[in-house]
Amino acid sequence: MDKKSTITAAMTKDVPCPFCGILCDDLVIENKNDKLKVIENGCPKAIALFQEELPETSAKIKGKDVPLDDAIDSACNILKNSHTPLIAGLGTDVSGMRSVMELADKTGAILDHMHGDALIRNTLVLQDLGWMMTTMAEIKNRADLIIMAGTDATNFPRFYERVIWNEQSMFKLKNDDREIVYIGNKLNTKSGVNPNGKRPTVLNCETEQIGEIISSLHALVSGAVLDVKEVAGVKIKTLQILAEKMKAAKYGVIVWAPGELDIPHAELTIQNFCETVKYLTRFTRFAGFSLGGNDGAMSAMGVCAWQSGYPLRVNFDKGYPDYDAHRYSTHNVLKKKEVDSLLWISSFNSDIHTPHASIPTIVLGKEDTKLNFKPEVFIPVSTPGIDHTGQIIRTDSVVSLPLKKVRQSPYSSVHSIIRQVIERM
Amino acid sequence: MYTKLTNGKVYDPVHGINGEYRDIYIRDGYITRKPSSNVKIDQTYDMKGKIIMAGAIDLHTHIGGGKVNIARMMLPEDHAADLVSKTELTRSGCGYAAPSTLTAGYRYAEMGYTACFEPAMLPANARQAHMEMADTPMVDKGAYAMIGSDDFFLRMLASKKDQAAISDYVGWIINATQALGIKVVNPGGISAFKFNQRQLDLDEQNEYYGVSPRDILIALARAVTELGIPHPLHVHGCNLGVPGNVETTLETIRAAEGMRMHITHIQFHSYGTEGDKKFSSGAAEIAEAVNKNPNISIDVGQILFGQTVTASGDSMRQYAGHWHAHPKKWVVMDIECDAGCGVVPFKYRDKNFVNALQWAIGLELFLLVDDPWRIFLTTDHPNGAPFTSYPHLIRLLMDRSFRNDMLSTINKESANASILSSIDREYSLYEIAIMTRAAPARSLGLKNRGHLGSGAVADITVYTEKKDKEKMFSKPDYVFKDGELIVRNGKIVKVVQGATHTLRPEFDRGIEKSLKNYFDKYQTMSLGNFKIDDDEIVEHGNGKIIVQPCM
Repeated sequence: MDKKSTITAAMTKDVPCPFCGILCDDLVIENKNDKLKVIENGCPKAIALFQEELPETSAKIKGKDVPLDDAIDSACNILKNSHTPLIAGLGTDVSGMRSVMELADKTGAILDHMHGDALIRNTLVLQDLGWMMTTMAEIKNRADLIIMAGTDATNFPRFYERVIWNEQSMFKLKNDDREIVYIGNKLNTKSGVNPNGKRPTVLNCETEQIGEIISSLHALVSGAVLDVKEVAGVKIKTLQILAEKMKAAKYGVIVWAPGELDIPHAELTIQNFCETVKYLTRFTRFAGFSLGGNDGAMSAMGVCAWQSGYPLRVNFDKGYPDYDAHRYSTHNVLKKKEVDSLLWISSFNSDIHTPHASIPTIVLGKEDTKLNFKPEVFIPVSTPGIDHTGQIIRTDSVVSLPLKKVRQSPYSSVHSIIRQVIERM
Repeated sequence: MYTKLTNGKVYDPVHGINGEYRDIYIRDGYITRKPSSNVKIDQTYDMKGKIIMAGAIDLHTHIGGGKVNIARMMLPEDHAADLVSKTELTRSGCGYAAPSTLTAGYRYAEMGYTACFEPAMLPANARQAHMEMADTPMVDKGAYAMIGSDDFFLRMLASKKDQAAISDYVGWIINATQALGIKVVNPGGISAFKFNQRQLDLDEQNEYYGVSPRDILIALARAVTELGIPHPLHVHGCNLGVPGNVETTLETIRAAEGMRMHITHIQFHSYGTEGDKKFSSGAAEIAEAVNKNPNISIDVGQILFGQTVTASGDSMRQYAGHWHAHPKKWVVMDIECDAGCGVVPFKYRDKNFVNALQWAIGLELFLLVDDPWRIFLTTDHPNGAPFTSYPHLIRLLMDRSFRNDMLSTINKESANASILSSIDREYSLYEIAIMTRAAPARSLGLKNRGHLGSGAVADITVYTEKKDKEKMFSKPDYVFKDGELIVRNGKIVKVVQGATHTLRPEFDRGIEKSLKNYFDKYQTMSLGNFKIDDDEIVEHGNGKIIVQPCM
């Protein structure tokens, strides 16, 4: 590095990355004249999003550049004249979500997250029979059997590095002591090969059949005899061997990614995981772990739950929170025309498909948000964890991270824009 | 600007004022001496016929943090009959046993409470606990960091690190998590459960670390003393809910070896094994031990009949209790090699032998412990009952005939097994003022709260004196927070934010070196990001921080 660049470049360590739900917080980011470079510990996703060079843009009304003030006024007018707005996307941090909650209460809005379908698959299980869950540090230090059910964790690029393959663990658990099992369709199982070359067990089946396989394992661990040769194309002998491993595990974990279980009634499959975990806990220790929480999903869920009392998909139309995991989905309320304006928020990701509805639409998006329509109002917003500090909740809904500011942005945060909207109403 | 409250009957135990007519002057948020006669009084409230006390303080209520949020999400049926509409002033919300944060703050204020303390803030979840507390308006907040099953601490204890190092770690935890005290839950037991141990008595060993709950209690109580943390070690003991745990609790009191210790929700730890059903009251023995040991304080964790949800850090005992879940759903979590939690909905039934006796045991404890300075009024919200049942509980304590009427409606066998009907004691207003104001403030080291003397923060609650104490305490006429009128006739008239109380005990920062190494090796977040900055509470939350002095 030449002398000049060491003077102008600022280096920040321990930077949390807000771009997926596992929130790695060991990134080293260099800032040279507000151009960022991930120096250490960046996965491809982090590198792409931290290093993205963003076009200059402006607030817009119907596609035309306007001063920010005018755009906020226009957003206010839309919301004021709306009987029931839909505030969705919700790709923001805790502060952003706090202001969303206040705005929703004030305007009688319906709330849903862009990953709402994934979120409710878990919620329905929690609300029906509950579950036993674990968190990342427990898996990292304790888990000797990890069953990846319907996910290979590819969407969480450093999951294996951060959680599974460790040089050291608290309880002297070695990489060779860990058993990895995949159940599902066309999973990339390469990352499940341990650093010494030990290969994972792979049970191939359709995503729809994962529940069947898990139920059979549940039956086998409870001592039932299954009078069949195979289940969902998997030999009964294979299942019997796995069932024995599950019983012998000291701390087993079933990992799923609700967003990837894109099948009708995925909640029933997830409930199978959870009930199997509960059964095994009668004599050994087992736990579930859900991989998700991208685009601030767990923050949106958490803040909605503590401020309204309900998890997401809440309607404030009647002046009090009304929860319905199915009815208040973005898709459903747009289709059934239950809302008459849309405020869409996505401050982490510009590739998220903004719904194009025939109602007045306000988009709070990243500078490079690509839209295939001209919303009434577009307001560019800064990205939490890059352009402003903040807080965000991890996929396990337990740990949250403080987000750092590593760059100057000309744009305001979601929180700040919504505060201004609230104040002007 | 001066405000005067005149003609009111004042109960201020810190100053020995027991129902005397006194004028109270407020200036700039504080109670002040009577100004000289030429000073203009800007506002005067005539408190004729009214009772004046300091704002009430709840030192053990689960108002914020992951387990409470799990309860909210899991139980839409809890909220259905308790929907709260927005008003001109207040936000909407809902919930009975697991209310939304805003609703909880409003309800506490409308009941005359001005400060509430979350007793089980897991360090791994501390940031979220603070977020939830910041979103609980009206009242001051604070939390006790829950340790004792965390790997770092157990490792230190197992490798016989000296007490100074352990105290440094505890001091670091308080600072890093912005806590006001230290709590231990089922000492070592949450960790033991992760190694598949299903019970852990006071002198049993955690199989992995080879340390016992007694070792843990002593090390933590010493650390609390050495660091000068005002609130004694807050202990949720071993064997919660297990018949026969009265012996464990008595032994725990002895294990304190004269050090200050606060034993929480002791009702759940006061069970004997006598009688046909092998379940009996241990209240008399516990009360006797508390009376004899001035180093011990307790809160009761009274149960009251009805549906609630139990939310606890004690994953081992919550797992054991899940068989009784009502409705049949529950959550248990292992958390970050740091702690755990369990959330189990529960319905206490007055005709059920065990539940009815639990009710009686709690009341026996209240009535048999002599010193109201060392016993606090709690239901371990929401575990024994929601905090909104405090006025009912106060009536049970103050009104013997009401208590006996209620006793006659519970399971007959339980009523007969309890000595409750033979206890004549009725709490006085003075004693209620001690146990709900003066004593918790003193226990927490909040020197300018819990009393009405000059220099106190003007957190003041005014009631109309009524024979029916439940009615009286349900709906204060006035509540002042930092000198501002926030509640009139039991309804919010002004929304305020409240502050977060913390401590900054001194410790040797050298401990961070081994902690950094430990976090880098084993944890899934960095040491720097684990620590909670003031800015995160003030800037991203919406309250201020008050740093309380250490002793």
